[in-house]
Amino acid sequence: MITVYVPRDAAALSVGADEVAAAIAAEAKKQNKQVKIVRNGSRGMLFLEPLVEVETAKGRVAYGPVAVSDVADLMKGGLLDGKAHKLSHGLTEEIPYFKNQERLTFARCGITDPLSIDDYRAHGGFQGLTNAIAMKPIDIVTEVTTSGLRGRGGAGFPTGIKWKTVHDLKADQKYIACNADEGDSGTFADRMLMEGDPFCLIEGMTIAAIAGAATKGYIYIRSEYPHAINVMKEAIEIARKANWLGDNIQGSPYSFDLYVRRGAGAYICGEETSMLESIEGKRGIVRFKPPIPAIEGLFGKPTIINNVMSFAAVPIILDKGGEFYKNYGVGRSRGTLAFQIAGNIKQGGLVEKAFGVTTRQLIEDWGGGTATGRPVRAVQVGGPLGAYLPQSKLDVPMDYEEFAKVDAMVGHGGLVVFDDTIDMAKMARFAMEFCAIESCGKCTPCRIGSTRGIEVIDKIIGDDNRAKNLVLLEDLCVTMTDGSLCAMGGLTPMPVMSAVRGFPEDFQRPAKNKFLADAAE
Amino acid sequence: MNKHVKPMTLIKETDFGTPDSTSNLMVTLEIDGQQITVPEGTSIMNAAMQLGIQIPKLCATDSLDPFGSCRLCLCEVEGRRGTPASCTTPVAAGIKVSTQNERLAKLRKGVMELYISDHPLDCLTCAANGDCELQDMAGAVGLREVRYGYDGENHVFAKSQHDGSVNGRFKTKDESNPYFTFDPSKCIVCSRCVRACEEVQGTFALTIDGRGFESHVSASMDEKFLESECVSCGACVQACPTATLVEKTIIAKGQPEHSLVTTCAYCGVGCSFKAEMQGEDVVRMVPYKDGGANEGHSCVKGRFAFGYATHKERVLTPMIREKITDPWQAVSFDEAIKFAADRFKATQAKYGVGSIGGITSSRTTNEEVYVVQRLIRAGFNNNNIDTCARVCHSPTGYGLKQTFGESAGTQDFKSVDKADVILVIGANPTDGHPVFASRMKRRIREGAKLIVIDPRRTDIVRSPHIEASYHLQLQPSTNVAIMNAIGHVIATENLIDRKFVNRRCEKGDFFRWEEFIKQPQHSPEALEPITGVPAQQVREAARLFATGGNGAIYYGLGVTEHSQGSTMVMAMANIAMATGNIGREGVGVNPLRGQNNVQGSCDMGSFPHELPGYRHVSNNEARAVFEKEWNIKLDNEPGLRIPNMFDAASDGSFRGLFIHGEDIAQSDPNTHHVEHALSSMDIVVVQDLFLNETAAFAHVFLPGTSFLEKDGTFTNAERRINRVRKVMREKQGMAEWDIVCRLATAIGYPMHYNSAAEIMDEIARVTPTFAGVSFDRLDELGSIQWPCDDAHPTGTPTMHTEDFTRGKGRFMLTDFVATAERANRNFPLILTTGRILAHYNVGAQTRRTDNVAWHPEDLLEIHPSDAEMRGIKTGQKVSLASRVGATTLTAKVSDRMPPGVVYTTFHHPVTGANVITTENSDWATNCPEYKVTAVQVTTSNHQSEWQAEWETREVENKRIGTKKLEPAE
Repeated sequence: MITVYVPRDAAALSVGADEVAAAIAAEAKKQNKQVKIVRNGSRGMLFLEPLVEVETAKGRVAYGPVAVSDVADLMKGGLLDGKAHKLSHGLTEEIPYFKNQERLTFARCGITDPLSIDDYRAHGGFQGLTNAIAMKPIDIVTEVTTSGLRGRGGAGFPTGIKWKTVHDLKADQKYIACNADEGDSGTFADRMLMEGDPFCLIEGMTIAAIAGAATKGYIYIRSEYPHAINVMKEAIEIARKANWLGDNIQGSPYSFDLYVRRGAGAYICGEETSMLESIEGKRGIVRFKPPIPAIEGLFGKPTIINNVMSFAAVPIILDKGGEFYKNYGVGRSRGTLAFQIAGNIKQGGLVEKAFGVTTRQLIEDWGGGTATGRPVRAVQVGGPLGAYLPQSKLDVPMDYEEFAKVDAMVGHGGLVVFDDTIDMAKMARFAMEFCAIESCGKCTPCRIGSTRGIEVIDKIIGDDNRAKNLVLLEDLCVTMTDGSLCAMGGLTPMPVMSAVRGFPEDFQRPAKNKFLADAAE
Repeated sequence: MNKHVKPMTLIKETDFGTPDSTSNLMVTLEIDGQQITVPEGTSIMNAAMQLGIQIPKLCATDSLDPFGSCRLCLCEVEGRRGTPASCTTPVAAGIKVSTQNERLAKLRKGVMELYISDHPLDCLTCAANGDCELQDMAGAVGLREVRYGYDGENHVFAKSQHDGSVNGRFKTKDESNPYFTFDPSKCIVCSRCVRACEEVQGTFALTIDGRGFESHVSASMDEKFLESECVSCGACVQACPTATLVEKTIIAKGQPEHSLVTTCAYCGVGCSFKAEMQGEDVVRMVPYKDGGANEGHSCVKGRFAFGYATHKERVLTPMIREKITDPWQAVSFDEAIKFAADRFKATQAKYGVGSIGGITSSRTTNEEVYVVQRLIRAGFNNNNIDTCARVCHSPTGYGLKQTFGESAGTQDFKSVDKADVILVIGANPTDGHPVFASRMKRRIREGAKLIVIDPRRTDIVRSPHIEASYHLQLQPSTNVAIMNAIGHVIATENLIDRKFVNRRCEKGDFFRWEEFIKQPQHSPEALEPITGVPAQQVREAARLFATGGNGAIYYGLGVTEHSQGSTMVMAMANIAMATGNIGREGVGVNPLRGQNNVQGSCDMGSFPHELPGYRHVSNNEARAVFEKEWNIKLDNEPGLRIPNMFDAASDGSFRGLFIHGEDIAQSDPNTHHVEHALSSMDIVVVQDLFLNETAAFAHVFLPGTSFLEKDGTFTNAERRINRVRKVMREKQGMAEWDIVCRLATAIGYPMHYNSAAEIMDEIARVTPTFAGVSFDRLDELGSIQWPCDDAHPTGTPTMHTEDFTRGKGRFMLTDFVATAERANRNFPLILTTGRILAHYNVGAQTRRTDNVAWHPEDLLEIHPSDAEMRGIKTGQKVSLASRVGATTLTAKVSDRMPPGVVYTTFHHPVTGANVITTENSDWATNCPEYKVTAVQVTTSNHQSEWQAEWETREVENKRIGTKKLEPAE
């Protein structure tokens, strides 16, 4: 019996992984070969998907990207024996893109069968939770605090402090809420983990539940992630049956159960308080803070809300200790971050690295430069509300504080790369447009300001009172930054002003002759 | 001219921006360099306002929870990052807050610039001009230009400013509601209307639809207001800071210039309103925030339905006629009064002192009622006086007096804020007492549990964010059975609060009750065949009430209007005592009284056996007080009750009646019998606003005044005495108490007062529970809940706190006796009656307002299975017949009632619902059994005989003639 791995990750599926798996099965049957096909998660090298791996004595050998039309040739050429082929990359673990990462959170992703609890345990799964069950809840909190883990959703708030707040409160009911409404452009780490290693998230949330004395948890997954939703639901069912969820987990005094809630397509529901409203069945609008959700969260009860990446980092912290995790990273940014390289990039994918790596390293050493081969002009880091970095800022180390110093943010670790053909005035306009489309509409600066922002930038582009409108745009950005209720309106000025400041020439171009422009289109 | 006389101005309550905190912990902080100490949990905005610092705001108002959306109220806190909103940021010890500096000023201006970039600039012609918070804020922040221009995306213009193309965002004005308009183009999306609908009213009819720039207020699913779930309470209109939601009267007339605080004349909640005036013209009614009963909320009737006061059908001249078949002749007050006095005197001369009597009104002021009862007791010199409370809450008076010692509810409305289990019995608060219902619903949303005992699934059983834990849907007329079953569970499952009972109640009576109630025939299981309620539900509900914390009972006419009404009131009192739910906030036995002053009219001695203050006429000491005050000897024998009067009239011994503000021909049961009695009399005097149904049988019509023309007091269901202030002159030229005084004088008993205040002073002199009440004191305190005396100088919100009024609480035995009114083969259904939100009582007032938009006719609700059996569909005409009469009305198939029960309202005279109802009544007080009539329902295509008669009479008996008789029009 030969084991072949074909990912079930949505990114792989989108380029034909199901068809490739079927073709391999058919070809094996034809060749009368005993083949076991495991639908694993993605290794994160999305430029190689569908990445087919074969288990050999030396280790797993990678082939990719594999098209259905390649299968017959591959099978004839010795794929099942791990033989060389033009699509072969040798041992997966030795591919530099993969080898040079520091995989803590994604240690199992792409390696195991996502829905095999035995596989999960064989690869160190549930060790953190087993340790946690034996610890006092406050010691779990201390361990997380020691690790230096900060909220991976983007805000970077120390996870240990948040947990401590909930731990210290007395309440008849407390909740754990996982934000899996991964809406930032160019990001996919949450999805990849949920599809590739769902038990890791379950384990992390269960540890949080024990630490905070919560008995119910919700995972809020965006509706655009149907595969992740299915995998999580299946994994929860499996975990329940194996008593890793439910009453008296593994004979312990702790009980915890998990439910998946599907989003309805609003970016704002990734904002934690809107997400709570949405889980409660209400319209997804932002709540004011204080009270913070740790004190009055879901259904008014103390709630630990973290991003998928934050919860998923917890098992290894409890397994190997806070100190182990803390040893990665720089400054006050400890541990690793799953960077997601996207946009105009040759080798898009997920790179888990300790903090301190630079944008340039990520897009050059891993990404291999732009897909078009043209020079990089700008990189937007941290999602649609993150700053556009010009070449001059690409060497700033990935570190929450260092990025803040240059009016940028690390955010959820998404990088979107643009080459020198990009018009940054249009990107500034896009930032306002994104805000206008996704604003919940509660507070005035975001609700009206984003629409006015589009109009003002249009006037600037059209050279209509350009100098005055540049002043107005800056005033508007101050109003939005200081006046908005949440980060949606508050951070929209970041990409806008980074474009204005970093690429001023794009806002000073002669207005296009409308007739010519129309003719060109 | 005295320059120092305080001029009348427009009353504006201070808006602290966010609700007050109720914490006992105090926090000291510094705002703009000034120190202030406030309760923990107070917002910075509220604390600043207490210092007189008005932080600019649009989405905040202190009737609503903070929301934090407008971003005008931003402030800076020393040592903290950013610019937090002062409405959502609570105070903290030692913080230093700046509410105004260059940064904040620039931010506010930036926000206002955005607001105004999507708002019309028609301030001068706008209905809110002079009362617009948006305008005020633009002024406050010094907005001088809108740099965005007006050519961008907007909700303001129907067509594009560039090319005249249609602006898809623009929505036209919704004028469907008869009282207010909704103009989306002026909306700033502050959500105050939405929040008012949720938090204050609790209807959840409004929402914000869409997101971002598309966010807009939507009634139900983007429907017209009138077609939506909106109940037109007007809380949204009041909350709106712009002209988006505005009263049509304001659009038509402009802003008011002065206002007076007065009291609504509809239901027993007794809401305080600011009557906002232009001269003598009421521009709008706005609920008064400092009104104890309503605290700034209202319903569609109180806020909007005051137009009847100036309705064209209002009669403003006195009229007389020889016979009731003659047309009316308009005469002067003197002529009319002389005519009436002569006939009353002649009748008494011929048939005896007891041959005449009077009925006081529960809609008029305490002072007017007091004067009418004095007219009867001293002028007519008998005790033939009764009031409409006879037909509604007389069992309350009797039952609570027997058990607790006082004929009134035990709590104030605010008490419900502390209730944990609310038991609603035979009441439909969302329709009958909507402002109190909003308060109750808020408490339920906060987590209090609800138990409803009602044959009908009323809205309170299940509505947005409200759901009763138990709805015991009993068969009509089985109240006492179900209450005994509850008592049985409490007694047999050891749920009695022995500590309370031992300390507060008569021991002997309690033990007797305990032994009685434990008998197996009172068990839920034994009574299930009678009540139709599964025993298990009764047991669970009883346990919840007994163990769920503060248990409060609220009830209405579904309790009292039964043959065992008084028994039921006592049964509830028993349960309240047995569970220790009396004598503090959050508990009690609370009648939801029907009419605005039904409590007051009872207090003022309107019963044939009781002098003011519920003292029996046989009580020599009490009588002596009045004999001295009135300088006349009083009869010590109780007089006739209303049903006795009708019986005596029919047999010829009772021949004259003075009826003040009460339409007995429509509201009293068995209309045939009432009409026969009235037609048999020699003199019927009706003093009212309109030629009502009873006036068809009258010889003298004395025009009355609306509440807007009255000076006096009303007493609501929580015993709260509220001032009624005269906002306009009497339209017919005379105060009603003055008319009554003149009638008494003409009869030969001189009666005179100089003012309503003088009448109240007399009431205070002769009534111990009113000893501390005067108009001055009321003006000073706002309102007073009686008893008010030396021991309780500011009144008594919660009664029986230490002892019961009668000393020890008394348990009464409450045997269930089935009513004589039973369904049989000929009359297989049970009819029960009620009312709806838009109308009030017999509808004399509300039918003369635009409230008819919601309820143009009475409908017969019938269960689908009963309807199917009879081939009845919604909208079909059906005949509704009982043993005593028949009427025809429109059917509505509805599963709100169980099969076998039908339901209708009695708001429209043409329906004649009381043609159907029988003369069965409460054993103790004769309160009619309105709620139980055996009937048959059949399809019909013509009006009933009575309705044909009514139509003829409507024309014939209401003709107003000139000197020369002319044929009727």
